[in-house]
Amino acid sequence: MHNKSLSELSSALHNGEFTSVELTQHYLDRINAHNGKLNAFITVAEEHALAQARAADQRLQQKTAGKLTGIPLAHKDIFCTQGLLTSSASKMLSNFIAPYDATVVEKINAAGMVTLGKTNMDEFAMGSSNETSFYGNVKNPWDTDRVPGGSSGGSAAAMAARLAPIATGTDTGGSIRQPASLCNLTGLKPTYGRISRYGMIAFASSLDQAGPMAHSAEDAALLLNEMAGFDERDSTSIDKEVPDYSATLNDSLEGLRIGLPKEFFSDDLDPKIAAVINDAVKMYQSLGATVKEITLPNTGLSVPTYYVVAPAECSSNLSRMDGVRFGHRCENPADLDDLYNRSRGEGFGEEVKRRIMIGTYALSAGYYDAYYLKAQQCRRLISDDFQQAFNDVDVIMGPTAPSTAFKLGDKTDDPVAMYLADIYTLSTNLAGLPGMSIPAGFIDGLPVGLQLIGNYFEEARLLNIAHRYQQVTDWHTQTPEEFK
Amino acid sequence: MSLDKTDVEKIAHLARLAIDENAIPEYVRDLSNIFNLVEDLNNTDTTDIRPMAHPFDAHQRLRPDVIGESNQRELFQSIAPKTDAGVYLVPQVLE
Repeated sequence: MHNKSLSELSSALHNGEFTSVELTQHYLDRINAHNGKLNAFITVAEEHALAQARAADQRLQQKTAGKLTGIPLAHKDIFCTQGLLTSSASKMLSNFIAPYDATVVEKINAAGMVTLGKTNMDEFAMGSSNETSFYGNVKNPWDTDRVPGGSSGGSAAAMAARLAPIATGTDTGGSIRQPASLCNLTGLKPTYGRISRYGMIAFASSLDQAGPMAHSAEDAALLLNEMAGFDERDSTSIDKEVPDYSATLNDSLEGLRIGLPKEFFSDDLDPKIAAVINDAVKMYQSLGATVKEITLPNTGLSVPTYYVVAPAECSSNLSRMDGVRFGHRCENPADLDDLYNRSRGEGFGEEVKRRIMIGTYALSAGYYDAYYLKAQQCRRLISDDFQQAFNDVDVIMGPTAPSTAFKLGDKTDDPVAMYLADIYTLSTNLAGLPGMSIPAGFIDGLPVGLQLIGNYFEEARLLNIAHRYQQVTDWHTQTPEEFK
Repeated sequence: MSLDKTDVEKIAHLARLAIDENAIPEYVRDLSNIFNLVEDLNNTDTTDIRPMAHPFDAHQRLRPDVIGESNQRELFQSIAPKTDAGVYLVPQVLE
């Protein structure tokens, strides 16, 4: 059951080959058997899942089921789920039972999907290795001495080990694409505003975007169909028609113009990674695409720009965690300041505190222009580079990450080294563009992701480009031996 | 740029974060390193560049001023650390 695509699962459920309860139980059994090794889930919602599965089976019997009704999925623990712990992997929210559903969760529930549980992540999505979680680090199913990437590392590990057929993630600076790259998955970060952020615990509001993490572009398209759309409860949600992302998967790539930014292929890039990416590009040429070198001259600004904008917005967003209305509260506060200081000091982990402090400083009196305003100006330069490039090409390709999965603990002592590893993914968020990572090969048994970047609202085109590649390659079907 | 102990203490106060005295040297080092990384922005000329707050330069959407949500005080206070008679409790502020 756990090697089937979503379409195959859907057909089997509709034809009565097995029930949603049986399918859900199968995944719950796999989670019980394997999660101890991986720590991919913070919450396994067994009862909740079986109740949803029984309801789905009724819909299937009554012939009122949709395409995804009865199919299980895992939600990143950043999405509010009514009645279930929603911790964002923080001690601060380790007692937070969400009083409402995020729009994404509401839509997926309405489609009749079954929530298996909530996946581990970097605390408040701040990290690239899933090592900042209050609930402990997640291990990569391809090598359990290595990180799964972050921040959606739990969703990625759960998917790679086939503990869920599909999962949700969020991406503020690469948090869907980088773990997808490190765990051999197809991950999509849509255009900013394409999916509602309502009920998604905010990290950096001008960058955060939810998306699917899947085994194929075909599966990702199916979940995106349910996730995307305007929501009046998110003031930055875009009111634009949602196409059927499955309808154009098979379109021809004849004449597709691929741009390869020279800044993504500098001498710093590991030659082994470069070789994998070049092979993938050659495969696209054999499918009818043309290739052109392009330039994104301000790529070097993306790390410093991001590490002003994201911390500034996080320091503002996380100020709501004050020990008064929800979340962790310190014991016996002496006065109001003590209540705030100790509740926050005890509730937040080290990386979150660092980012709150960077952001607080950057926004403090006298420094706003020098940091935040300057970064917003640099952000415009980065975005303009992309628009210039899209005059000549349809899609930009390059590596998703500068390395394969690294060893647990390798970068935890050096925040700057960890930040620099986000070099290829940050600019997409700063510009608000859609980006994907798809499996493109292996180096010493570890997966390598190919990044695809499209222009605004070109998700359907990206999925089409990914799908055509997956029809002629089998990287995306590989599963670690232990989890077959 | 290099921060010192006083800077870190001031930032922690502004952020309302109690930090461990023993951890201050580590914050001094890490935050200074991060700000050194950020200083690269100063090498870029941004004269007359409009700051970008939103990818589409979208404006805040307005809606008719009608009540859309009902009061859910009991539900929301059910997860609060300390409440009494419908209010959130904090340490006494006024003598």
